[in-house]
Parts: sequence; structure tokens; C-alpha cells
Amino acid sequence: MTDLVRPAAAWELQTVLGKFAAQKVPVEIVGHGALRNAGRPCNAGVVVSTASMRGVTLYEPTELVMSVRAGTPLFEIEAELASRGQMLPFEPIDIGPTTGAPAGGLSIGGVFATNFSGSRRVATGSARDHLLGIQGVNGRAELFKSGGRVMKNVTGLDVARGMTGSWGTLAVLTEVTFKVVPLPESMLTLVYRNLPDDLAIEALTTAMGTPYEVSGAVHLPKGAAVRMHHAKLKALDQSLTLLRLENFSASIAYRKDKLTEALKVFGTPLEFGVDDTWSIWSELRQLSVMPFSNSTSLWRISTIPTKAPEIVAAIKKFMPSEAFYDWSGGLVWLEVPAAADAGAADVRRAVAVRGGHATLIRATADVRANVDVFEPMKPEVERLTRGIKAAFDPLGILNPGRQYANI
Amino acid sequence: MTTLRLPDPDAATIGRRASIIEDIARLIGRDALIADEDGRRAFETDALTAYRRLPLFVVLPRSTEDVSKVLRYCYDNSLKVIPRGAGTSLCGGALPAEDAIVLCVSKMNRVLDIDFANRYARVESGITNLAISARAAAQGFFYAPDPSSQLACTLAGNLAMNSGGAHCLKYGVTTQNVLGVRMVLIDGTIVDIGGAYLDTSGFDLLSYVVGSEGQLGVITEATVRILKSAEGARPMLIGFATPEAAGACVSGIIAQGIVPVAIEYMDKPAIEVCEAYAAAGYPLDVEALLIVEVEGSDDEIGVLLNRIAAIASAYDPKTVVISSDSDQSARIWAGRKAAFGAVGRISDYYCMDGTIPLKQLPMVLARIGEICSGYGLKVANIFHAGDGNLHPLILYNANAADEAEKAEAAGADILKLCVEVGGCLTGEHGVGIEKRDLMSVQFSPVDLAVQMRIKSVFDPRWLLNPAKVFPLDASAAYIEQADAPPRAA
Repeated sequence: MTDLVRPAAAWELQTVLGKFAAQKVPVEIVGHGALRNAGRPCNAGVVVSTASMRGVTLYEPTELVMSVRAGTPLFEIEAELASRGQMLPFEPIDIGPTTGAPAGGLSIGGVFATNFSGSRRVATGSARDHLLGIQGVNGRAELFKSGGRVMKNVTGLDVARGMTGSWGTLAVLTEVTFKVVPLPESMLTLVYRNLPDDLAIEALTTAMGTPYEVSGAVHLPKGAAVRMHHAKLKALDQSLTLLRLENFSASIAYRKDKLTEALKVFGTPLEFGVDDTWSIWSELRQLSVMPFSNSTSLWRISTIPTKAPEIVAAIKKFMPSEAFYDWSGGLVWLEVPAAADAGAADVRRAVAVRGGHATLIRATADVRANVDVFEPMKPEVERLTRGIKAAFDPLGILNPGRQYANI
Repeated sequence: MTTLRLPDPDAATIGRRASIIEDIARLIGRDALIADEDGRRAFETDALTAYRRLPLFVVLPRSTEDVSKVLRYCYDNSLKVIPRGAGTSLCGGALPAEDAIVLCVSKMNRVLDIDFANRYARVESGITNLAISARAAAQGFFYAPDPSSQLACTLAGNLAMNSGGAHCLKYGVTTQNVLGVRMVLIDGTIVDIGGAYLDTSGFDLLSYVVGSEGQLGVITEATVRILKSAEGARPMLIGFATPEAAGACVSGIIAQGIVPVAIEYMDKPAIEVCEAYAAAGYPLDVEALLIVEVEGSDDEIGVLLNRIAAIASAYDPKTVVISSDSDQSARIWAGRKAAFGAVGRISDYYCMDGTIPLKQLPMVLARIGEICSGYGLKVANIFHAGDGNLHPLILYNANAADEAEKAEAAGADILKLCVEVGGCLTGEHGVGIEKRDLMSVQFSPVDLAVQMRIKSVFDPRWLLNPAKVFPLDASAAYIEQADAPPRAA
């Protein structure tokens, strides 16, 4: 059993990390544990949790800004925003359910530490893009801040955004400040049916090349589509290509017509209104079509949209797999059979040839310890990565090995 | 305006000037160098013209490989480097030093690849901001960040300063619109950071690089997002008797769930000067004027502008004018976009760039008035109200004894005020030399140390864009450490 420390305030965290740094004791950093089944397993005898640092510290709806303590659960934040008619612009992905952890356990610190943004990212930007400021404690036990609470801020190096995607290996975030946006007045989902992957991606990229501000562009090949919880979509029993519009009501009516016209060659879409749209995109955020299973592994592949079907087809030559295309193809969640290397060799080769990067999301701890979970780095990038790590955490006490072995 | 301390140039380096020129000419060709005094004079300052320094000489590379060779030489020979785009920095970000070369990327200005299906353009960094949009316009696309200097400024400078513009309320600033860069480190290493993808793997190195003001390396290529242009855009004017009413109206619009593409604010002195210059149709009997622009089809624009007019009516507006055609729209924007030039016609001015929380606007404007009148100076205020970015233009007479110093002192007081109310020193212009010594007002010694250690990772000998961004007393220890002899190759 590992020791669990739950500091309740930034200064407590600083004190705790100061002690561990003095003794060179490596620590695993967690929120509520929603990400513990993902990433490389961290080899540390002590767990430091931010779960007791929670609560909204600043919310100015008319300035579109919110500050919260890093351990605040995502669902609490979204409920608070919804009560004022607002939302997070980047629709964070909850990888809890697909990795065998409960849904809704993600903390806001984890959202920014992973930068796993959802479908709306293709239109409005990622978690990283909306981060305005952070406070955190680094591996030197220094409490520091970067950025602030205003939208436009170019004062000094952008250390705040530099924390995103670092999985708690540079600093433990204690507070984050980010931009929020109004909830749309109305929303609509258009569903095209029976398109093969390459045509579907053509439809999605065509839609993203219109001025109608499509805020979600997803393709589910039949194998993934039939796993949807949404009864009507599941019952269609065919591949589904989904586009979301969000705006005021009159605008949606207009844009739906224009978009349908622009995509005429792809068929006549089904239409789903506000309630269905809400439930469809909510389940996609929890990767409902990529459910937890011991017999499969899950990859997350970032590429350029038009290369995505080629990558999936290339991998399918070597192993059966199921894909979920998001970001008009720029993001692929790919399920492959569980194997000793989770298919890493074939997945990485297919991606490397066509451009992009792949992250292993779900596999047993043994597999995640033994294959590269994150895209292997080129030597010059690795040099900078090691340098940055040493600048923040010279003793290597924060989440050692969580992203890369020996970093 | 010469109150900022600049380090004394190194006499030994200046003494070696002729041999350094020969060495670099051998590396990338004599015709890539500007060494004569008249030629160098063109590079002695940027848009912060009060400070001038003649560079050792100027290098105009044609390729990433040229940049790599030059930087490797500089690293091996402890030669300082001032990276430069078009020299439009308002904060002295491209100010030369007598013992440093200027490395100007403006000859590297090609579009390398433009992909409309995947919505990105790969370009050389010396391309101007507007040239990217011009190239994308054929298919109805554009590059979103739109700094006022977009006709002249380079993408390299935009990346260095993380430039914004009037429309970033909707589209974000540079960092949200760049996907990847090719950068040369000071030891000549060429590194690709990010790519054409919507996220990166591992540490977000791109975040450190964008907005690093030439401190970390020289970007030679970038992959930027291009977006389909909206069907149309149209502004409206709303005039108010008080700044309080204008500020409250901005809050009211956003509270109703409308985020316009731009909300610009002008105070009375700014309105008067711009109207006299551009005949934009601004009301002259108001204390505060909002220009609010929305995008979409004609019908969508009509619906939104009418909604905004209805919201504004609760704040007792003196004027509400909805632009009815493209001519009127162009005139409304011509006034705002000409603001700096219009003010420049009547006076010398010093442009500040703090950001504040919106609700502090009335108090901050009142205090700015007091600060400037305390120095016997006038001020006009322009404000990107949607995102809190304030541009006070402090008017002064450059020929009058000590007025420039007074303007600089008033500017510093205003920026301290911005930090005090929860904002920051600079929203889009950058720190450069101008705000270098104010960094300690916003950041603790630890905050600064965190940043300077990153600088040391990328530029261990502190040769890139010296004496900028970080206060000299704070950076001294890092530079001293860096003064060790170069490590063996």
C-alpha cells in the first residue's frame, strides 16, 4: 500500500513536496485517480493527491473567466457554469470509463495536464488554448505562477500553457484560470449514413471548409456506430457521419440548409434537435463507442484529417481494429486487439509514414510499462524535453517515468 | 526616452568586426550581409524609435541552413544575436546592440504548402501576416490574427510576440493559430516542434516558443491554421455618456450569450482625433464609443446587431448606429484602424498595452487620466474591450525638455496600475526592453526564475536577444553561469 498525502492548500503542498525533495523521494501525482489507468505507470512509493484542493476561487461570467483549485472535479465546474448559461469551450474527454475507472472522476488539473480536448476542439480550440493562468509547485518545491486572469497576456514566457500535456511531471498545479463561453442558444446534429471512411472524411473536411461554424465533425464506422447508447443511432446499424451546429435558432435553420446543400453529394442527412444532440455528444465525450475491455487496447492518433483513413486502413492490414474519427479526421481513437506490445510496432509505423503521433491510452500496466506510451521523440526534441524537465524538477521526483522511461 | 539601461557593448567583439564579417560571408555568402553604415542605419531601431543602436552588421539568410550555420558560428564565438522580422515591434523587441549581429528573416518569405482540405499553411517565417491571408483568400480562407501592422509585420515577429489583433476575441491570438514551427537553436540545431496536427505529444514546447520574443531560438518556418472566412461582417456604433455605461453594456452583451467578433472602445479624445482624421461618422457628443462587430450571413448579422442594440438600450446610449452597407462599415473601421496614425499627426505619442479585467475599466480610465495630468500630459484611450486589452496613447512633445521621460514614467505608472487591478503589463505588444524592468512588478523572483531557467535550456549562453524581457539584475546570475567556455562539439 502506498502512502497517500492530500494537501488542502498550495502552501501545504509546497511543504510536502519540500520534504520529499529533501529526501529525494519520488511521488506520484493524482487528482481523484481518473487517469491512473492511463499513461506509463509511475514508480513511486508515495501518492500526492490534489483532491482536497477544490472549489471555484473566481468566476466572472461577464468576463468569460473562471479560476478553480486544481482538484475540483470537472462535473462540479460544468454544473456551476451551466447554472450561469455557460460552458467549457473545449468539451474535455473523460477517459475514465474507457480505461476502467469511473466516469466523472476527472479533476480540472487532469484536464489541463493531459490536454485531451473533445469534439468542439476542431472549431474553438483545445483546453491548452483556453488556459489563461496557473499556479503550481514544481519539483524544487517552489510555488510559482504564470499567466493571469485576463484574456490577452504576453508578459514573459508562456509557462502556463507549457504545463499542458506534461502529465504532472513538471509541477503540481494548484489552481488554473481559463476562458469560458456562453452555452449555445440552440444546437442540431446532422447524421449522414453509410459512408465509407474516406468519403466520410471528405464530407467532414468539406463541412469544416464552409463558413457555417460546424462545432463537431465525427465519423463512426459501422463497428463503432452500433456501440452507441443513443437508441435511434444504434438501431440504424450502419456507419454514421455526424456534424454539429450550435448557434441561435434562426441561424441554425439557415446554416443547416446551406450545409446540407454543400454536402448534397454525400446524401440526405437525418436531423436531431437539442435534446438528442446533447445526449449524442455527451456520450462521445466519454468514448462510449470505445468501451473498456481487457481483450482490446486503445490508441489515440493525431494526424491531418485526410491521412486518417489511410492510417486506419494500413493498421487494419495487420490486425482487426475499430476506429472513432473526431476533429474531422484529425483525431482517431483506435481499438486494437490486446497484445504484448498493444500493436505498437504496426501503429507507429503506419502513423510515422503518413505524419502524426500516437499515444497508447488503454492497455494493461505491464504493457504500458514496456512499450512507448507517448510518441517517441526525435533526439533534438528529447534534448529540450530533458532540459525542461530538469529546469522544473532537477531531482526527478514528480511522476517519474509517467510519460517517458527515465524522464 | 532614454531612461532604460542597456549593457555596455563589448569592445573586443567590436574590434573583431572585420574578421567576423569575413567568417560569416564565407559561411553564407557576402551578398547575404549588410555591413556598410548606411545599410546598417536602416536596422538601428524598430517601432520604439526612441532607442537606437547601430548593429555590428546585418545578416539576411535565405534558408534554414543559412540560419543554422550563422547561429552555430555565433555560439562557438560567443557572438550575440538580435533576431528580427520587419522591425515593427512597439516594445523594442528588435532593438540592436553595437556588439551583436542582426539576423533578419525577411528574405525567407515563401508559402511552402497550402492545404485547404486540412486547413493549414506551411510558410517561411519572413512572410508578412497579410500575405498569408492574401494567398489563402483565393479559396475564401484567411489567417486569423490581425495585428494593426499586418501589412508590414512578419509571421516571425507575430510568433515572437504572440501577436493579437482586433478580432482575437473570437479567433484567438497567434498561439491558438499556429500548429508547428521549424526553429534553429543557438548551437545550430534545427528542431521541428509540433506539426500540422491539432495537438502535440509530450511537453507543449510550442507554448514556450510562441511569445518568447527571440529568447529561445530563430523560427524559420511555421505551420499555421487557416480558416474559412465568414460570409460577411458588419459593425455598429454605440455611444455613451460615461465609461461606466459603456463598460456595463459590454458586460451586458456577453451576459446575454453573445460573443461578438470584436468589441472596440474609444474614449472622447480618441474619438475626436480619429473622426477629424478619417470622417468615420463617429458621434462627437459622447464620452465613450463602442464599435461592435458580428459575423455571418446578412440576415444573421441583422438579427445579432438588433439584439445587441436592444441590450444596449438598457444602458442609456446616446447614439446607436448600425452599419447599413459595406462603405459605412469600411469607414467605421477606417477610423479605428487609423487611430495611431491620426494621433501621430497631432502629437508625438507613447503607446501602452496593459490588460485589465473589464469591470475595472471606469476606475482604470479615471486613474490613467489622473496619472497623465499629474505629469502635465494628455492621453487618448483605445481598448479591446472584449478581452480587456487597453492602449492608452500618452501624448507628449518629443522636442520639449524632459516630456519624453515624463511620458515614459506615466506609462510605467499605468502598467503598474494594470497589474494592481488584476491585469498584466502587456496584452499583445510584448515586453522587449520597454517593460523589462517592470517584470518584477508582475512576477515574483521565483516566477522569473522559472522562466529564466527555460531560457537557459534553449540558449545556455544567453546570446539571443540580450538585455530584453528579463530585468538585468534578475538575469545577471544566469548570464554569469553561462559565461563558461562553449562545450566541445
